[in-house]
Amino acid sequence: MEAQAFWDVLKARGLTFFSGVPDSTFHHAYTLMVQDPEIRYIPAVREDVALGVASAAYFSGKLGGVMMQNSGVGNIVNPLTSFSLLYEIPALLIVGWRGYGGPPNDAPEHWIMGVKTPEIFDLLDVPYEIPESDNLASALDRLLAVIEARSVPGALLVRAGVVT
Amino acid sequence: MIDRDQAIAVILEHLEPDDLLLSTTGMISREVFATRDRPGNFYMIGSMGLLSSVGLGLALLAPEQRVLILEGDGSALMSLGTLPLIATERPANLVHIILDNEAYESTGAQPSISHAVDLAKVGQSCGYQRAMRVDEPEGLEKALQTCLTDQGPSLLLVKAAIAPVEGIPRVSHSPIDIRDRFRKCVRRP
Repeated sequence: MEAQAFWDVLKARGLTFFSGVPDSTFHHAYTLMVQDPEIRYIPAVREDVALGVASAAYFSGKLGGVMMQNSGVGNIVNPLTSFSLLYEIPALLIVGWRGYGGPPNDAPEHWIMGVKTPEIFDLLDVPYEIPESDNLASALDRLLAVIEARSVPGALLVRAGVVT
Repeated sequence: MIDRDQAIAVILEHLEPDDLLLSTTGMISREVFATRDRPGNFYMIGSMGLLSSVGLGLALLAPEQRVLILEGDGSALMSLGTLPLIATERPANLVHIILDNEAYESTGAQPSISHAVDLAKVGQSCGYQRAMRVDEPEGLEKALQTCLTDQGPSLLLVKAAIAPVEGIPRVSHSPIDIRDRFRKCVRRP
C-alpha cells in the first residue's frame, strides 16, 4: 500500500493524533505524516512517552496512535500493564516489524525481538493484526473493532514493504 | 523545606472547578485523594514516570483548560526526556509541579539523586516558559499563582520535606471509575 493511501485509510477512521519514535519501515510514510496538516504528530523521546501522549486522546473522545519500531516494544510494557490495560485506555500502535521471522532477516540487533514481538503481545493479551499490502484496511478495521470492544491498545505489526 | 501535605493542600486550594489535575503514583495521589477528591483528578496509581506524557497530550488536546501535572522527583527523573518534549510542544495551559523531597518516599524514603540535580534548572535549560523553585512555605503561594495565571508551560519545583506516610488512605475509586469521571471533565474542542 502506498504511504498516502495508508494515511488516507487512517484519517478516514478518525485517527489524526499521533506520537512516536521513527522507524525506517515507515520512512516515506513518516515524511508524509509530518507534512500533513490534518495530522497532529508529537515526536516523542521514547516509546513509553509516545504511548502516554497518544493515550490522552481517549479523554478527548478520540483514538490516539503511536508510530514505533518493534525494538521499542520493551519500553511500552510498563505503561501497557500499569496504565493502558489497568484503566482500559485504548490506543492504536503502528509497529514497524524489524527482524520478522528471525535470522537472517534484517540486522542482528533485530533478530531476537523480531521473533519475540508477537509473543510479547500475546503474553500481555494485547490484540494485533499482521496486514498485507492488499488487505491493510480490512485488517485495520478488524483491529479497531477489537480495540473498541475491549477498550485496550491494539497493534498493527507492519513488515518492510507493506507500506511503501 | 515545605511539608508535602501542606504543599498539596495549597495547590488544591488554588484549583478552579474546570482544572484538570494529574497526580503521580504512590503517596502523592493518595494525599491528593485524602485532601480533596474531585472528578477532575486523575490518580495515576500505576505507571511511574508516565504521568507527564499523559499530561502533555491532554494539555495539547484540551487547550482551554488548565492542566496540572503533580509528580515527585523520582517520577520526574524517570522520564526526564519528557521535559524537553513539553518545552518543545509549548502548551500554554500546562503547569508541571514537582514535589522534590530528594527521596523515594512511597517505598521507604530511599534517597534519590535530586539532592545533586536542580530540576528547576533542568526545566529552564529545556526551555519551559518559566521554571521556578520554592524552598520555603512563604514563597509557594505566589509562585503557584504566577504559574497558574501566566502563559506556560511552567515548571514549579517545590522542595519538600520527608513526611510521615502512615494513615494516608489508598485511592478507593476503581481505575475505571477514575478514568470515567475524569473523562467527563475534559472539554472536547
